[in-house]
Amino acid sequence: MAGPGFISLEAPFDETKARSLRSGDRILLSGTVYTLRDAGHKRLIELLNRGEEPPFPLQDAVIYYVGPSPATGGRAIGSAGPTTASRMDPYTPQLLERGLRGMIGKGYRDASVIEAMKRMGAVYFAATGGAGALLSRTILQAEVIAWEDLGTEALRRLTIREMPLTVIIDSQGRNLYEDGPRAWRETQGDENG
Amino acid sequence: MAIREFQVDLLRDAVERMCGPAACDMPEDVRQAMEEAARIEDGPNARSVLAELLDNYQIAATERIPVCQDTGMVVIFLDVGLDVHFNGDPYQAINEGVRRGYRDSSLRMSIVGDPLRRVNTGDNTPALVSVRLVPGDRVTLTFMAKGFGSENTSRLAMLRPADGLEGVRRFVLDTAAKAGPNACPPIVVGVGIGGSFDQVALAAKRALSRDTGQAHSDPFYADFERSLLEDINKTGVGPQGLGGRTTALSVAIEVLPTHIAALPVACNINCHVARHMKEVL
Ligand code: SF4
Repeated sequence: MAGPGFISLEAPFDETKARSLRSGDRILLSGTVYTLRDAGHKRLIELLNRGEEPPFPLQDAVIYYVGPSPATGGRAIGSAGPTTASRMDPYTPQLLERGLRGMIGKGYRDASVIEAMKRMGAVYFAATGGAGALLSRTILQAEVIAWEDLGTEALRRLTIREMPLTVIIDSQGRNLYEDGPRAWRETQGDENG
Repeated sequence: MAIREFQVDLLRDAVERMCGPAACDMPEDVRQAMEEAARIEDGPNARSVLAELLDNYQIAATERIPVCQDTGMVVIFLDVGLDVHFNGDPYQAINEGVRRGYRDSSLRMSIVGDPLRRVNTGDNTPALVSVRLVPGDRVTLTFMAKGFGSENTSRLAMLRPADGLEGVRRFVLDTAAKAGPNACPPIVVGVGIGGSFDQVALAAKRALSRDTGQAHSDPFYADFERSLLEDINKTGVGPQGLGGRTTALSVAIEVLPTHIAALPVACNINCHVARHMKEVL
């Protein structure tokens, strides 16, 4: 999978590392990440608001927004591509304040999230949406660590190896969702501008 | 014409058979459209995304794992012949097929029984079923497993008749551009025009059940489909929103008669995981 132009990165990582990553960087991420999506975020925030300890260390953590399909055929996990990140926006600034360092998803983030990312030094990566079979191969282990009743939305700890990602929004607020399409339009000349 | 006694088990079994292959095997029309897109794409990020997606189709098909973890909500169009009599409840039969198909193929259960209280039904039922009566004694079953990242970017507008074709164009372009990376582009765009507030949305959904790239039978609308596709692919959104030519693979339009005061338009967005199947029973 590793090819030219990829940066190898190990999760969790600290603020200095996060601030060194640039929008447009292509990453192969290995290490530990946690899965969480809509219902899990709601529970996590409720728990934090009650002053309780989170079920995993938030400091420097990377969350993967994914609701996998069931594991089959001896795999650690089923199909496991990213879900739309903006649904998590209402919860995200609070998690960034608590040390969350990276997020893996797909799609836009709102201004409050980007603001908190700049302030705290965090990164937003995209995995390829609709590439769940391919991404599943990079997940070596998956273990439900809380909220099993949520099914696909349960909190899982994943061990991953060389998951292919792209830095979309970096800690300076640069955004590939704006710069990428603009750069392409510029190569097409005025007619599409 | 004699009445045909129709065993609803036929429906159940057909739906059950479709769930697994729909999730793991991309239909030929979609694969071809993606391969063609990969040939002409010139964005550097875009080229690697398309290669990854084609790779993913291959892995899914050979390892029997869903192409995408969102294995969707089942959408069924049933065209029922007027000479058909069901020997049982076709809705129940369809839901039983979904229940078995999703369980046996280990697909994701993605349905909540109530939109606000949000408890997962655990078996991916119910399916959304729309019935149409047609001549004859056959039942045509159209099956889609619709992903909701793309569904959530869909929109509807009640335009003024004076807005005309250009108004519809602006609305569709705006919807596709705003959908951006959230809809997992390359996208497939279903457009309903005419009818009423409720019917236009269904027309847009029905448009998504057509084979990718299959043009409208009316040359006027076939032209409009082509020109909308061209315009969408000039926005530069590109695969996964990273910039490039391939924002959409196809645009399909379905039209309905409407009121003298109205120009309803609905734009239903599908992702490249455009799972659709059809069988005549
Ligand atoms: S929008 Fe489509 S490709 Fe994206 S996650 Fe949903 S079903 Fe998968």
